[in-house]
Amino acid sequence: MDGNDEHVDLTQSKIEFISKPDKEIETELEIEDETKKSRKTKRVALFGQIVLGIVIIALWEILTRLKVIDPYYWSSPSLIVQTGLQVLKEGSLYTDLLYTAGATILGFILGTIGGAILGLSFWWSSLYSRITEPYMVAFNAIPKLALAPVLVILFGIGFNSKVVLAFMMTIIVTALAAYSGVKAVDQDLERLLYSLGAKRYHVFSKVVVPTSMPWIVSSLKINIALSLAGTIVGEFISAQHGIGRMILYAGQVMNINLVWVGVVVLSILSIVMYFGTLYLEKWLLKGH
Amino acid sequence: MAKLEVRKGSKVFKKDGQTIYALQETNMQIEDKKFVSIIGPSGCGKSTLFNIIAGLLKPSTGHVLLDGHDIVGKSGYVGYMLQKDLLLPWRTILDNIILGLEVKGVSKKDGRKRALPMLQKYGLKGFESHYPNELSGGMRQRAALLRTLLYDKDVILLDEPFGALDAQTRLLMQTWLLKIWEDFKKTILFVTHDIDEAIYLSDEIYVMSHRPGRMKAKVTVNLPRPRNELTLSHDSFIQLKQDLLAMLKEEQVT
Ligand SMILES: Nc1ncnc2c1ncn2[C@@H]1O[C@H](COP(=O)(O)OP(=O)(O)O)[C@@H](O)[C@H]1O
Ligand SMILES: [Mg+2]
Repeated sequence: MDGNDEHVDLTQSKIEFISKPDKEIETELEIEDETKKSRKTKRVALFGQIVLGIVIIALWEILTRLKVIDPYYWSSPSLIVQTGLQVLKEGSLYTDLLYTAGATILGFILGTIGGAILGLSFWWSSLYSRITEPYMVAFNAIPKLALAPVLVILFGIGFNSKVVLAFMMTIIVTALAAYSGVKAVDQDLERLLYSLGAKRYHVFSKVVVPTSMPWIVSSLKINIALSLAGTIVGEFISAQHGIGRMILYAGQVMNINLVWVGVVVLSILSIVMYFGTLYLEKWLLKGH
Repeated sequence: MAKLEVRKGSKVFKKDGQTIYALQETNMQIEDKKFVSIIGPSGCGKSTLFNIIAGLLKPSTGHVLLDGHDIVGKSGYVGYMLQKDLLLPWRTILDNIILGLEVKGVSKKDGRKRALPMLQKYGLKGFESHYPNELSGGMRQRAALLRTLLYDKDVILLDEPFGALDAQTRLLMQTWLLKIWEDFKKTILFVTHDIDEAIYLSDEIYVMSHRPGRMKAKVTVNLPRPRNELTLSHDSFIQLKQDLLAMLKEEQVT
């Protein structure tokens, strides 16, 4: 030996234990609770939202009182509330709201369900879907509101024509969304189901529908605005009741305050529908 | 009579004017309750062969016989775990596992009742109501395999089930699979590209050539069961490993 033993001696491999196993983390440590934290963020956000709303309304009131902006056109929160209470007392606002909300929600539901069925049906035959798709895209591109006068003549000046308009506004958008979902279905999942002895309808109900659900749901929020626009335009053209009719009438007699009441009521209606769809979304997307 | 037989099965794809030979004429005879592995370079047609046996793909030639009956082109006769775990992301683990039962017409409630004890016995206790994305790779493979088992067919095809797992999890899963195989007494066909895995698990190993694949050799593994970590250092294990390595090495050059 010359004292230069730097070569590796394989027989000298050994194992050294450097800590005792299974020692629990000391619980006195302060650990951030993640649910608590996110709940706190939520509360702060809600608070902020309320404050922002109050600030906007207050500014509106103050600026119109100081005549910085013209109260004749812009009305003011206090005037709107005052006018609103007045028409509410007369009872007409209530009926009008019922008509508009009824037509909008019915058109929304029929259009969304009809569109979902139409879009999902494309899964069953690629020939059928290929033939139909360009026509759907074309129909979607037509400004359907331009057809409103024809529809009002066709379906009458009553409730029905408004429902039809809201329905037409929403059905194709939803169908195209559902069809995107159908196109995104994982072929391997289909094969898995067939390997389990599945028939086509099993694949449809257990894979195609759940895969497309997020796409269909994503069209819900857009459909609120679309169906509302359909109903209002229908009422603008010809109607005996409805917020749209009320707004048109108020504009004609220069009652700008009443126009604003209509706009505020429509906003409230769409907010209510928005929360309705949030609830629906949660239910439809269970597990997604 | 063999439990499962592939007779002169082959597959040619024609696409965009190109002809792709995926699988050359293949013959296999699998005896009842055996654990048989198929090993071969990637792209040699292992998954294609499984798709043919499972009836998801019509072969260009040949037949598949189960208990002597021709099942070529008919799906649903064998259990098949595809290369990906393919758990439905919107279903809980329990509801994923009962998928095959549901297709058979068993109600969700009855299916759950049947699946729950199995799930708890085979390492998924406490994960029943979790969603797949909350589980580790190994757990997901367990769920996918239990789904195939609960579908309850005599022959089960497993296409590289542990291919994506790390070495430690893989060893655990192999032991777990052997236990299941002993408990359920199934005939298992197992695709892998891992030589150790093939030897450790199998009674027989089919070696395939490079693409387009054909059966090049059939190896019988004479290692005692039950097998455990000691098997891995067994003399005949090491000998077999070297032979197989040599065989597969030939397939890499071309
Ligand atoms: N549907 C298909 N169309 C065309 N070629 C395919 C198709 N499926 C597989 N192949 C080809 O067949 C060969 C074998 O594929 P595969 O069976 O997946 O191999 P392995 O599972 O052994 O890796 C590959 O070259 C692949 O590209
Ligand atoms: Mg493969």
